[in-house]
Amino acid sequence: MRKAFAPLVVVVAALFVSAPYFIAQAPYESTMGLIQKIMYFHVPSWIGMYTAIFVCGIASAIYLFQNNTAADRYAASAAELAVLFGLMGLVTGPLWGRKAWGVWWEWDVRLTSALLLELVFVGYLLVRKYGGPGSEKLAAATAIFGFAVAPFVYKSVDIWRTVHPKTSVVPTLPRVMAGPLALTALAFVLLFLVLLTLRVRLAERQAMLDELYLAHED
Amino acid sequence: MSFRRMKAFRILRFARAAVVAIFLALAAAPTAFAMQTAPPGQSEYVPIKDLPPTEQMPAAPLLIAAYAFVWVAVLVYLWTIWRRLGKVEAEMRELAQKTTRR
Repeated sequence: MRKAFAPLVVVVAALFVSAPYFIAQAPYESTMGLIQKIMYFHVPSWIGMYTAIFVCGIASAIYLFQNNTAADRYAASAAELAVLFGLMGLVTGPLWGRKAWGVWWEWDVRLTSALLLELVFVGYLLVRKYGGPGSEKLAAATAIFGFAVAPFVYKSVDIWRTVHPKTSVVPTLPRVMAGPLALTALAFVLLFLVLLTLRVRLAERQAMLDELYLAHED
Repeated sequence: MSFRRMKAFRILRFARAAVVAIFLALAAAPTAFAMQTAPPGQSEYVPIKDLPPTEQMPAAPLLIAAYAFVWVAVLVYLWTIWRRLGKVEAEMRELAQKTTRR
């Protein structure tokens, strides 16, 4: 991963620089017009969050059942990124909804459950920061809970009646819209990898510092 | 039939075909115009402030705000990582100096 980091940064930069051109080329949606172009950052934000939740959930399970501290560092880093990408989705969504629905927020199942999922991972970070000794295990259990809940949040629009578009919208997009969306989705997933690499490096340095303090005290 | 009469007959036939074509074109014109329905005339002018909020609101500022937020969020997060990393590195250096002094 370390060797691939520099080329990965270049690829992510190239994707984000070229994205505005492809987004501008995509046609307007018939009923929403220009505002629908928020989709090209809103949907990838959630893809980024789900990727982070997946990594955090798996790494937390490895840490919880095998006591692997390296996995714990990945879990903590991915949890922070889940909050970051979730925040992007929670901010860009209301900006889109204000024009498309006439309201900033609607307490429907998709929006509320997405907010709760975000709060689960905010809770994870708070437990780790203020939970004292052993809080890593409790945080790992919280992450597994968030990982288990995420598919329900995704499918909520198909199960319950909501104002949010259904999951069938994205797979049925015409090629002229699906192309730019695939490009930005790839850019967000690669951005997640770049940020994860940096954040894991920070976690490793912090672990090294803790070991140095212990050695110094001895 | 003499050559002159044949020529006159051909000209007559051509003239008849031309008259029929012009007649058909003129007959079709009102139908074609009737198909292009003009929108009904406006009975009143409505100020933009009287439209529903979703229709009078410009989309561009919201779109720009959404894209800008994503960029700002990424840059702020990168800055926090850089700051935390700097802090850890400084503490490590300090600790190394203390150990060497011993």
